[in-house]
Amino acid sequence: MYPEFMKESLKLIEKTRPERLKIALSGEKVFTPMTDAERKEVLTKFHPDYKQDARREIRVGPNRGEHITSEVADLLESHSRINPDDFNLSKVDYDTDILVIGGGGAGAAAALLARENGAKVIIATKLRLGDSNSMMSQGGVQAAVNPNDSPAIHYLDAMGGGHFDNKPDLVRALTMDASGVIKWLEELGVIFDRDSNGNLMSKLGGGTSRKRMLSARDYTGAAIMRVLRDEVKNHPEDIQVIEFSPAVELLMDEAGQAAGSILYNLETEEYIIVRAKSTIIATGGFGRLHIKEFATTNHYGATADGLILGYKAGVNLLYMDSVQYHPTGATYPEQILGFLITEKVRGLGAQPVNRLGELFVFPLEPRDVEAASFIRECTGRKKGITTSAGRMGIWLDSPIIELINGEGTIQKQLPAMYRQFNRFDIDITKEPMLVFPTLHYQNGGLEINDKGETKIPNLYVAGEVSGGVHGRNRLMGNSVLDYSVFGRRAGINAALNAKKVKLGKFTLSHVKEYEKELQEAGIHTDRIAPVLLPDYTPPEVRARQFTARYEGTLR
Amino acid sequence: MKEKGSVMEKEKETQSQEAKLIPVYIMGKRYEVPEGLTIMGAMEYAGYQLKRGCGCREGFCGACATVYRTADDYKIKTGLACQTVVEPNMYLAQIPFFPANKAVYDVDKLEPSISTFQELYPETFRCVSCNTCTKACPQDIEVMDYIQAIIRGDIAQAADLSFDCIMCGLCAARCPAEIVQYNVALLARRLYGKYLVKKSEYLEKRFKEILEHKYDKEIEELMHMDRESLKKKYYARDIEKM
Repeated sequence: MYPEFMKESLKLIEKTRPERLKIALSGEKVFTPMTDAERKEVLTKFHPDYKQDARREIRVGPNRGEHITSEVADLLESHSRINPDDFNLSKVDYDTDILVIGGGGAGAAAALLARENGAKVIIATKLRLGDSNSMMSQGGVQAAVNPNDSPAIHYLDAMGGGHFDNKPDLVRALTMDASGVIKWLEELGVIFDRDSNGNLMSKLGGGTSRKRMLSARDYTGAAIMRVLRDEVKNHPEDIQVIEFSPAVELLMDEAGQAAGSILYNLETEEYIIVRAKSTIIATGGFGRLHIKEFATTNHYGATADGLILGYKAGVNLLYMDSVQYHPTGATYPEQILGFLITEKVRGLGAQPVNRLGELFVFPLEPRDVEAASFIRECTGRKKGITTSAGRMGIWLDSPIIELINGEGTIQKQLPAMYRQFNRFDIDITKEPMLVFPTLHYQNGGLEINDKGETKIPNLYVAGEVSGGVHGRNRLMGNSVLDYSVFGRRAGINAALNAKKVKLGKFTLSHVKEYEKELQEAGIHTDRIAPVLLPDYTPPEVRARQFTARYEGTLR
Repeated sequence: MKEKGSVMEKEKETQSQEAKLIPVYIMGKRYEVPEGLTIMGAMEYAGYQLKRGCGCREGFCGACATVYRTADDYKIKTGLACQTVVEPNMYLAQIPFFPANKAVYDVDKLEPSISTFQELYPETFRCVSCNTCTKACPQDIEVMDYIQAIIRGDIAQAADLSFDCIMCGLCAARCPAEIVQYNVALLARRLYGKYLVKKSEYLEKRFKEILEHKYDKEIEELMHMDRESLKKKYYARDIEKM
């Protein structure tokens, strides 16, 4: 239920709706898309990445001297969780062909394909298998399968959305593998939305020039992740899953090759040594770092663990100066602050409107442009709504979906959204949603090639933790595709690699050298990374935990 | 990086200054927490650092399925800790792990028929139609109805009814017949998705074209185009109508 003081604005939304509906039904664009110059202007003036303290120089590691997102620089300029001298590396606890670090979509896909290619696999994951941002993706997955579309058009859309910074070989892999990935998922038993002819239903997404967003209601990520998790569990003889055991450092051999990892059992607090011929980092993104103090759509475990592991081992980062804020995060009610409102809502025709019920932006600009426009409408033009908790937002007119597509569309195609708001007595078939940008995706990450390889032998990276696929801004539906495409590729290539690898004597000298580099750069800090879990303990409780010991954020 | 999860803390600080405090019982112990918090928020406010029983925090992963009881009510209620708002004198708990059975199978060798369920999950047919599973479901799914659909051999209906399942396990936790409904439903959906849906001609065609290298040259050209030409091409592209 919306408070009384918003009622006047809600009436204005209703008043302008018939006119807005008319434009939508005419098939014309409801607002003119921006030119290159207009995009640039709104981004530099209003996108959080362009704020003065958004970026700072990183003083250690492969990207030393570059300006990257400040919170990521802090993370990378942190001490290790372990003292390498404590470890007797001659005794390993697990020995395997492939170690997959992370149990989300990329990790599960990698494990399955590595197994198919003859490898024995261990998946080590911080929480449960499947607990990941992959599970939370709602709106869809891009794949150019319609006759009026092609991988080349998809390629162009992805490059433009990423401001032409994407690595071409990675975008080729992404767009050319897409139909194969959908077929693979179908054969595993994932159910996609389809029409009566059996063809896959498709919607427009922000920055896509064709209807290319395939979906499974608004549980697309869950529909896929549930099946991948189930399939991993169908191969206990080849894939072993170790839950609640995050990786805290990579293991190297004396020749500078990756050789496995040190895991930490969150419950018994023991460290575990895993030896692997190929190691795949698939740990996901960084939303729980709460960059610029934004609320996030991300999973509890999204603390960029793999980023720091790979960086310390010598893998460079790409585009860690850009952060994706999803334009439509819930800003009311307070209990669902920052929750994702899928882009499919706009794909179905919902329009962003200001307090006066006016359209102010093309509803499907690429995410960074759309998000910056929302911020401009609130802070620059002062035409947003402010909640009683002091948060800004603009309206996303959802009832118009039913007028465009017919009654019942929302419950059928957006059951998660309907359910989410209904829990707080807001019926989105009748009233709009109040939204504001929310921290959503790590655009950049560890550099890979189109085989999922890094510059370190035996070390592979897949999914959100990698960088280059999306340039400086990911398009909707390309993340589910990314984790499927590159999870599979990393799994296949890691398995092939494992057949020929010879590992030498183990070492953690890279950890020692990194500590030395921190010292030499004059960095004095008590930060510890990876952080593993965000710490939401209130300061007043913490002040009374006289005998508790914290290692970074972890108790 | 702010080490203390600054956003959430700020919220809690504002809440503790403004919001009324209400008593709740976490695992039987009394704490005062601001009203309006979710069960998960209340536990964190009280000082718990969650390891198990916490996942996506948006109602999609099922990690925080929990039981609780409200004042003056004998009934055990079920919900997601990240989605349920606390009430005064609520009894809160955690179910960190439930050791439910999952059948191991080769999906390529299954038949989309009732016999598969009889073999892999024979307990499904012990359903006593008590509807406790449906009442326990935080997604308001008609759990008993999809189990009954499977018993009738209607895999399509079971797949449809169970589609929004987040596999939190509350149905199985409450079932007197020891059925693991969410795993049975997943099997139904996989069988439906793999064997029973009408396949997309467009997808098959596109997949074949890719194997035949139909788009290789065009992509190759785009890959070697200079930035300005690519930009020009991008802004000149036509956008399909809604």
